[in-house]
Amino acid sequence: MIRLISLLSGIIFGLGLTISGMVNPQKVLGFLNIFDAWDPSLIFVMVGAIIIFAPLHFIFKKKSRPILAKNFISIENKNIDKKLLIGSSLFGVGWGLAGLCPGPAIASISFLNPSSLIFVLFMFVGFFIANRIEKNI
Amino acid sequence: MNIINFTPLSALTGGLLIGFAVFLLFAFNGRMAGVSSIAANFILKREQRVDNSLFLFGLILGPTIYSLSGSKIESIITNSIPILIIGGLAVGIGTRIGNGCTSGHGICGISRFSLRSIVATISFILTGIITVLIFGI
Repeated sequence: MIRLISLLSGIIFGLGLTISGMVNPQKVLGFLNIFDAWDPSLIFVMVGAIIIFAPLHFIFKKKSRPILAKNFISIENKNIDKKLLIGSSLFGVGWGLAGLCPGPAIASISFLNPSSLIFVLFMFVGFFIANRIEKNI
Repeated sequence: MNIINFTPLSALTGGLLIGFAVFLLFAFNGRMAGVSSIAANFILKREQRVDNSLFLFGLILGPTIYSLSGSKIESIITNSIPILIIGGLAVGIGTRIGNGCTSGHGICGISRFSLRSIVATISFILTGIITVLIFGI
């Protein structure tokens, strides 16, 4: 069952990215292009997701355990540090260059478009590099 | 500033679906649907590799299932290969060093009212806007 939920969550997430148009980098770049021709759609995607998850998270986090798994995986890190700022800022630069973030990038594997496949390949290379250099930041 | 290509209804609908997907993974499996973490853990860690791969596979299936309904999905990438490589590397390294992306910080984190995630989200949106301002769409 846990595995089925993982798959189902991924499918619904992918459908949401598709319906919202976020698998199209032009829509994401349009959102970041606020000083020229702005497409505010991305805000509605985030608001839609947050108005569903915020109240449900608030209710379910009080339960002793999830419905299927043994425990909630807790997130201890609350530090607003150099790593968070450097990492997030660097991510924003990559996001602004190609209009792809990890969710839509992986979902767009389904189009077998060479451009998005190159992006995904080097995103994974980036994961490896970060894993190596992380401790030195 | 002009507003163009604004699709609030489909954006909100897709966002609600994404919120529901994130809720499913949290309520049943006790996990946060941060795509960069799931994708990085999938290649770097043995634990929960099956769950992680099923989620990612679902993400790829999402657009495929949507296209079965006969609707056309627009995904246009105009970047050159070097830009795609630099963008992919920046997104991969940045999301790992900053521990999250648009889904992990932007949706999951803000829904938990995490100050850390709010700071991260502001950072990547700001550098994304600056990048588009400098390099254009």
